[in-house]
Amino acid sequence: MRPQDLLLPAPAGLCCKPGGFHIDPVRSVERAVITHGHSDHARPGHGAVLATQETLDMMHLRYGDNFAGSTQAIAYGEELRLGDVTVKFHPAGHVLGSAQIAVSCKDTCIVASGDYKDAPDPTCTPFEVVPCDVFITEATFGLPVFRHGNAADEVKKLLASVALFPERAHLVGAYSLGKAQRVIALLRLAGYDEPIYLHGAMEAITSYYQSRGVALGELRPVKGVKKADLAGTITLAPPSATSDIWTRRFPDPVTAFASGWMRVRARARQRGVELPLVISDHADWDGLTATISATGACEIWVTHGQEDALVHWCQTKGLAARPLDLVGYGDEDEHETVAADETAGETGA
Amino acid sequence: MNRFAELLDRLAYEPGRNNKLRLITSYFRETADPDRGYALAALTGALSFKHAKAGLIRDLITDRADPVLFGLSYDYVGDLSETVALMWPKAPLPGYNNPPPPTLSDVVTTLRTLGKAELPKQLARWLDELDETGRWALLKLVTGAMRIGVSARLAKTAAAALGNKDPHEVELMWPGLTPPYLDLFAWLEGKADKPVNCDPTPFRPVMLAHAIGDSDFANLDPADFIAEWKWDGIRVQAVSGRDERGHLQARLYSRTGEDITRSFPDLTPSLRLPGALDGELLVLRDGRVQTFNVLQQRLNRKVVSPKLMKEYPIHLRAYDLLADDEHDLRELTFVERRARLEAFIKKIDDPRVDLSPTVAFDNWDALTSARADPAGAGAGEDAEAVEGVMLKRRDALYLPGRPKGQWWKWKRDPHLIDAVLMYAQRGHGKRSSYYSDYTFGVWTNGGEGEQLVPVGKAYFGFTDEELLQIDRFVRRNTTEKFGPVRHVVHEPDQGLVLEVAFEGLARSPRHKSGVAMRFPRINRLRWDKPPREADRLETLERMLKSVTTI
Repeated sequence: MRPQDLLLPAPAGLCCKPGGFHIDPVRSVERAVITHGHSDHARPGHGAVLATQETLDMMHLRYGDNFAGSTQAIAYGEELRLGDVTVKFHPAGHVLGSAQIAVSCKDTCIVASGDYKDAPDPTCTPFEVVPCDVFITEATFGLPVFRHGNAADEVKKLLASVALFPERAHLVGAYSLGKAQRVIALLRLAGYDEPIYLHGAMEAITSYYQSRGVALGELRPVKGVKKADLAGTITLAPPSATSDIWTRRFPDPVTAFASGWMRVRARARQRGVELPLVISDHADWDGLTATISATGACEIWVTHGQEDALVHWCQTKGLAARPLDLVGYGDEDEHETVAADETAGETGA
Repeated sequence: MNRFAELLDRLAYEPGRNNKLRLITSYFRETADPDRGYALAALTGALSFKHAKAGLIRDLITDRADPVLFGLSYDYVGDLSETVALMWPKAPLPGYNNPPPPTLSDVVTTLRTLGKAELPKQLARWLDELDETGRWALLKLVTGAMRIGVSARLAKTAAAALGNKDPHEVELMWPGLTPPYLDLFAWLEGKADKPVNCDPTPFRPVMLAHAIGDSDFANLDPADFIAEWKWDGIRVQAVSGRDERGHLQARLYSRTGEDITRSFPDLTPSLRLPGALDGELLVLRDGRVQTFNVLQQRLNRKVVSPKLMKEYPIHLRAYDLLADDEHDLRELTFVERRARLEAFIKKIDDPRVDLSPTVAFDNWDALTSARADPAGAGAGEDAEAVEGVMLKRRDALYLPGRPKGQWWKWKRDPHLIDAVLMYAQRGHGKRSSYYSDYTFGVWTNGGEGEQLVPVGKAYFGFTDEELLQIDRFVRRNTTEKFGPVRHVVHEPDQGLVLEVAFEGLARSPRHKSGVAMRFPRINRLRWDKPPREADRLETLERMLKSVTTI
């Protein structure tokens, strides 16, 4: 079977005709198979949804009871027959419950990896290399300038700043689903055991992480805390909140932002970030290229991000590669909008 | 090197002066000699080695990396050093097991003696050994393009803070010190005596004036004071002295003690008498003082072309003498120093150095009218470059800093216009959640009827309470958003009128309105005034009439 007969980009998303489903569809479809809970991948309104339990729970948390006609949970390593194909879920290491989806039919196997990272993360199951014929990779950080380094060192930088400026509050912009919990877990691993404060938009998803057994220590809502009491503390907030009226409740805040984009100084400066923390839930350049090689795939489809550079790299390694024209996916750090701009409301995206 | 790189990295993002100071001081505290000394040298611009050109850095990366990937990356990042620092692929190092990264001292001392031919290889080796931030700092250092918003003065102040010393003390001894400043740090940490400055041309901390308020005059007797014009140039200290071989050296310092001699090679030959002059740096054409806008063409230049020197002839107008040959005059009274100064200037007898004249007055009313009309009170055609009067107590000693009641400055009233708020932008640091940078405009008839044309930008002058009010107004009256910029409603009947104060006006082909303001700030919020009643461009053009184009 030719790979394009198995999976093909369609307006609604990646479509598997012989299996009768779409992967991470951006429009309502009859059957959706979903890699992870970020809002650009997991949308409401599909007929039937197949995903990990965690992804289904996150969708429920965000969209409420009727987010899909029916749901089915699937575990890592579990295989399921859909029409003429089998699908199998493997950990993607991106956020809690994130999965790569291996789609096989006869002798052809395609892995749709969704978003992934091969770096250690205490809040989710580690990424697993899945041998395949065609590997579909993201390219969010698909330029050789993106090398994320060790996230623990970035957290050390944050703690050094807290020690140097004990009279100031430290405000860490981090995406509410995944990044925030990872930063908290890293702070705990670094030995920080003070209470950590949360923006209202993060409370629900963070307590969900805790309910799944992710140890995050003592967390407190920042709402209602006196300004003076926030000196020397760390608060996590959605990135967009860190440059708005909401920040006025903090004493002389140091604005940090945890994102792979912080590698590039112009990006950090543009956002008015004073303490950029290079912590990413996506694979960096070295991670992307190492993973592509490790899958043994001889054909690479590249999607959402800097496709050009990664396609070029594949070609120099003798791999067939092409950009996959899928629209509607983005990088969560850039797209998370909280309705905080005018109203300081604390509803999350 | 990596620790120094971390410091630079953090400084580059930190907008607050005090926070920068703390970062630098804490680096000095945690870092051993001689690294911290070389860091101080790097921050004060005291390191000298031949800088690497951009072409060399480009060659290094294309040697190591795929040129297509480099091209795409450079396009994305936009800064050569940063692109190379980030994407530098480490070479496999056979039999060369993780060498420790170079220290800042390694880098500085190696670069001093390294031949040009060996530089590329050495740089590549260091790039292999350093991390991303280390590579970035190394490339910024070797290309001589640090630009991290730290002045030499700030770095010295941070060093002084290490030993709770007055930065003036460091400034005083600075010309006698050399990197890595072991004697300085030993003194700052209380482990050695104060280094002795045997520099023949030391900087002396300057004496500053207080702004005078209307209520101050009642307590002052005109007979105690001498008045001078306050010139709209830059304050400098011109020092000449003989080195140990008897050769005359001359140096020009800014008011903070920064050595700016190199920018004014056309002035140094005129400083041919040993001594220390306090005065104003001006541009004179045909004996007439030019405005600050003209002088600006000569400021902050590293390379000064003969053409520039000819078109913008530099001049020193002296108003105090701190040392006459070997003699320190700072303990004398102002009247005594003034007499010595007059004799000194006569002796120099040079067209590039003259005396700042005194302004005669018997009572405050006479001085008030002189200040209002400098042209009629002796400033003549130089009146355009007068920004007020200075009042100095006859018996004032020359004291560093801003001693009370000795020197007063009495600036001319600023120009005022009513302009309409057009755009607002978020501020930085503490103000990042406020719309605190304002572009304002005045009315003109641009062929398509009445419209507002932007004439300037201001981001201070208002109180905290007023900032809150404007911020609220901006948020509620935004018509469009472009990234960090908001278009604020500005119609004849809808909008906010700002009373803008400014010091001067110049023609400027770079601005759409054709005028540029000097030192504009928000003076008052005119909630009471409808935008249609704001000022017109013609008003500004009338003010321009007597001013020359720059």
